Amino acid sequence: MLRLAAALGALGLAVSALAAEIPSAERRSGYDFMSRETRAMQDDDTANPAMLWVLEGGALWNRKTGAAGRACADCHGDARASMKGVAARHPAFDAGRGRPVSLEQRINACRVERQQAPALAYESRELLALTAFVARQSRGLPIDVAVDARTQPFLDAGRALWERRQGQLNLACRQCHDENWGHRLAGSVIPQAHPTGYPLYRLEWQALGSLQRRFRNCLIGVRSEPYEYGDPALVDLELYLKWRARGMLMDAPAVRP
Amino acid sequence: MAETLISVPPRARRGEIVEIKTLISHPMETGYRRSQLGARIPRDIIRLFVCTYNGAEVFRAALHPAIAANPFITFSTVATETGTLTFHWTGDNGFSVKETAEIRVE
Amino acid sequence: MPLRTTRREFLRAATAGMAAIVAVRPAAATPAAMQDAIGAVVGTARVTKGRVKLELPPLSENGNAVPLTVSVESAMTPAEHVRAIHVFTEKNPQPDVVSVRLGPRAGRARVSTRIRLADTQTVVAIAELSDGSFWSAEAAVVVTLAACLEET
Ligand code: HEC
Ligand code: HEC
Repeated sequence: MLRLAAALGALGLAVSALAAEIPSAERRSGYDFMSRETRAMQDDDTANPAMLWVLEGGALWNRKTGAAGRACADCHGDARASMKGVAARHPAFDAGRGRPVSLEQRINACRVERQQAPALAYESRELLALTAFVARQSRGLPIDVAVDARTQPFLDAGRALWERRQGQLNLACRQCHDENWGHRLAGSVIPQAHPTGYPLYRLEWQALGSLQRRFRNCLIGVRSEPYEYGDPALVDLELYLKWRARGMLMDAPAVRP
Repeated sequence: MAETLISVPPRARRGEIVEIKTLISHPMETGYRRSQLGARIPRDIIRLFVCTYNGAEVFRAALHPAIAANPFITFSTVATETGTLTFHWTGDNGFSVKETAEIRVE
Repeated sequence: MPLRTTRREFLRAATAGMAAIVAVRPAAATPAAMQDAIGAVVGTARVTKGRVKLELPPLSENGNAVPLTVSVESAMTPAEHVRAIHVFTEKNPQPDVVSVRLGPRAGRARVSTRIRLADTQTVVAIAELSDGSFWSAEAAVVVTLAACLEET
């Protein structure tokens, strides 16, 4: 254990000097690293289990709920038009909170303020279903988060978290995903960690899960503090990864191993 | 509430072999897993899937815990006549979901 | 002056750390248990290799959902058809995977599903024909485990 820590410590110094962003021509979605079989599962809507959540989300979209007795559709109408591109530009700045909010938080804000219903728990079936339904309307559209004076500090905070070595393994996200992508680790290929497909069906989870759940898995992987769902640090990280993947096409709800 | 996704071609020529794909939301809890506290999580699976075509059984599958969560099953049937395909999934804890799809045979 | 570490060393070190959190899989069935399960289906009949095609990826990224297709050469007529297809595994906690019943109305003997494989192992498919004969095919699948898992 001590020797491992020492090896990784030395490594940290070595790779810090090589810090580099992946050039846009070399950017590849997690989809490109998957086996033919897993790609086929994502490509065919009638075989993609994530579509079960999209279906449920569509039903929830039309259901009146809360003290206001309003459905999402009552205000937003046809999601194909009103929600087009919305997932591709989240996290987005929320003036009320004075900071960027994730798509899940944005949906919950409408639940609480507009429908006057209790907020849905993170990773609950209903919140994932609504998020998947909204994200589906961005399929094929380029990721485009707004970076301006208001969001810049949060983007910087997200980048700092990405670049910081952490956990008992003392590894930074960047060391795997910017500097060692394409290599194998314990049997799986290290992808570039682009957030194109979320929420997505991960075979390992046997269910749909959010980008934050995915972050938490990698944080636990390096034996670091995984943060609570909705923690501002995780939203900043989402923002940074969306910016890092700017221009890449959304493929939510995707399938990953 | 269990969502289902069924793909049946809406129309077919008489005698044509049509492909049917079915997907249903279900955890297929194996009964072999343990919770974080070490307690065995009880089995909760779909045990049987049956497809009938205008009332006559055309396909049946007995499922075991080795079937992946959110079971996906594809099979085929010969389009014999216009009518209704019925899909019935049953399993542990009284699980029972029935769906139908129409097919037009010309 | 920073010490240089090669990529290979980095990956070995990272793998050593990450492998420790790989999930513990439950006790497996033995090949003998699979033979018993097959015996329960075929009885004393002879099982011949052939006529059955079992498609599985030789290498699976995750054992939780491995696509499987079984097809059988058969005219699928009332006089000559496939009655049933059974799938078994060697090292899952339980050898039975799925048993389907079909007949001439299927038009062709071909079914697909997604299965769980607890480990690298052999999968066997057995078809029961209308003349009472049994045919089989087998395939080996290497299952890899994900690197970053949940807290469980
Ligand atoms: C030791 C290497 C390693 C480190 C460090 C690491 N990851 Fe990962 N990450 C992986 C691997 C391997 C996968 C592929 C999935 C798996 O676990 O099998 C992955 C997958 C991902 C994905 C999913 C990409 C997709 O296509 O959906 C995201 C997002 C991600 N990581 C983010 C992070 C973040 C954020 C950090 C830092 C907190 C981090 N990773 C640290 C190895 C690493
Ligand atoms: C009473 C009307 C009302 C209801 C009901 C409602 N919303 Fe909204 N929603 C709004 C308004 C108005 C805005 C934009 C203004 C704002 O920022 O609050 C908005 C904004 C949004 C956005 C951000 C759109 C963007 O372009 O960035 C999303 C996503 C959203 N709503 C989802 C939902 C979902 C999902 C539901 C149902 C669970 C829902 N809304 C219910 C009125 C409503």
